[in-house]
Amino acid sequence: MDNSVSSQHSLVSVRNLSFSRGDKKIFDDISLDFQRGKITAIMGPSGTGKTTLLKLIGGQLYPDQGSITVDGQNVHKLRRTELYNLRKRLGMLFQSGALLTDMNVYDNVAFPLREHTHLPESMIRTLVLMKLQAVGLRGARNLMPNELSGGMARRIALARAIALDPMMILYDEPFTGQDPISMGVLVHLIKSLNAILGLTSIIVSHDVHDTSAIADYIYVLSGGKIVGQGTPKEIQQSESEWVQQFMTGAADGPVHFHYPAKDYVDDLLSSGKRY
Amino acid sequence: MIQFLQYLGKSTRTSFTKLGRGTYFLLQTISGILSVLARPRLLLNQMYSVGVLSFLIITISGLFVGMVLGLQGYYTLSDFGAEETLGVMVAASLVRELGPVVSALLFAGRAGSALTAEIGLMKATEQLSGMEMMAVDPVKRIITPRFLAGLISMPILAALFSAVGIIGGQIIGSGLLGVDEGAYWSQMQANIDFQDDIINGVIKSIVFGFIASWIALFEGYDAIPTSEGVSRATTRTVVNSAFSILGLDFILTALMFGDD
Repeated sequence: MDNSVSSQHSLVSVRNLSFSRGDKKIFDDISLDFQRGKITAIMGPSGTGKTTLLKLIGGQLYPDQGSITVDGQNVHKLRRTELYNLRKRLGMLFQSGALLTDMNVYDNVAFPLREHTHLPESMIRTLVLMKLQAVGLRGARNLMPNELSGGMARRIALARAIALDPMMILYDEPFTGQDPISMGVLVHLIKSLNAILGLTSIIVSHDVHDTSAIADYIYVLSGGKIVGQGTPKEIQQSESEWVQQFMTGAADGPVHFHYPAKDYVDDLLSSGKRY
Repeated sequence: MIQFLQYLGKSTRTSFTKLGRGTYFLLQTISGILSVLARPRLLLNQMYSVGVLSFLIITISGLFVGMVLGLQGYYTLSDFGAEETLGVMVAASLVRELGPVVSALLFAGRAGSALTAEIGLMKATEQLSGMEMMAVDPVKRIITPRFLAGLISMPILAALFSAVGIIGGQIIGSGLLGVDEGAYWSQMQANIDFQDDIINGVIKSIVFGFIASWIALFEGYDAIPTSEGVSRATTRTVVNSAFSILGLDFILTALMFGDD
């Protein structure tokens, strides 16, 4: 199965990955490559395991088969300390932001610096303010997470994710539930941070329009398989029914509108059991 | 019959699996103790929320339990003309049994449930996952300080409960019912043994603090990350802690005071 772009420049290589939850197969022998310095998007309908893929890349889940290599290291063969050392070079932006609710914005951004470095407080202050300035929220440093809007929380989480100057950031549904202004801000931030800091970005999203606008390469997943891949332009022009249904948002197609069920008429006419 | 056996087998397997997970979790928690001791601020913050914030409920409950003991003890002892030994009765009941047990039950209800809800919600809001991805071990950073705080706070709270209870008994016994104050204290001093009574009570409270903190933290960490899951976990914490405390109290009492 050769569904990968050249792996020479890739920072993350996923090879023949299979993963199941109970009886449900989430991934069935898929291979992907994420190029250094690029923004790669993983798209697909809800429930296709996009977030699961990020957790597999971050070593939070173990695959049933296959391997994931990040910067030359096989994530699932690393010892705990080695995995933690690798994670220090990764940033992850969770869908909810995952800010620590008992700390204010400043302490949240300072958290990884305090945990992993022995920098003096004055230096930490400078770094935190620089990161907050980068996401435009230096003035919100004293707010608590419950005082932030969803968009602000994600920007703070982004500032925290770049606190240790990582080589790569994993974004889990960064645009979900955002108003147009917040969405625009996040799109701009992801694009500019990737370019300015020389990052590699992996975005998991089902937001076709905004993700296509910033992604260099897109994988479309469905039913545990890669159903399409290419640059945003190639994906738009794809002849695959799966990709077309996803990109145009058609209600029915290869992904059915109806959840599998027995015949409608039989179901209506059957009596006895309540369900 | 077959269904019953299936159910029995399944629930036994589930229970043992959970016990295994809980034991592994406990070992992970204990392995983080040294790193927490190197950062005492983490521990002090948790001792405040687990211990200091439980002071009020422990003090008030201790006072009332002591007052009730004073009343009940006086009525019984006065039948035998032994009301002067009221101090011994109140102190022995509190130091040996009621101090460690009731304060542990209150601790499970007040601090244990709060710990479960806090950890469960941290899991539900991906804060624990977020820490893992920041290469910070959530067990060492979040769980161990709370566990140690519970372990240290529990004997202090039990001692406070007993001390306030003894004063409550004295207020009722001497202040209201006319037991001689000197006899109340001197009988207590003469008959309460440091090793047999006080140290054994302290050992009990340490064991209860250990078990109540472990259950509360594990239930939170193991909770299904939904609002219903956290709510169920909180309930389980209180119920399981109460059973464990009372069961262990029986075993410890049999071991400690069996030869008396």
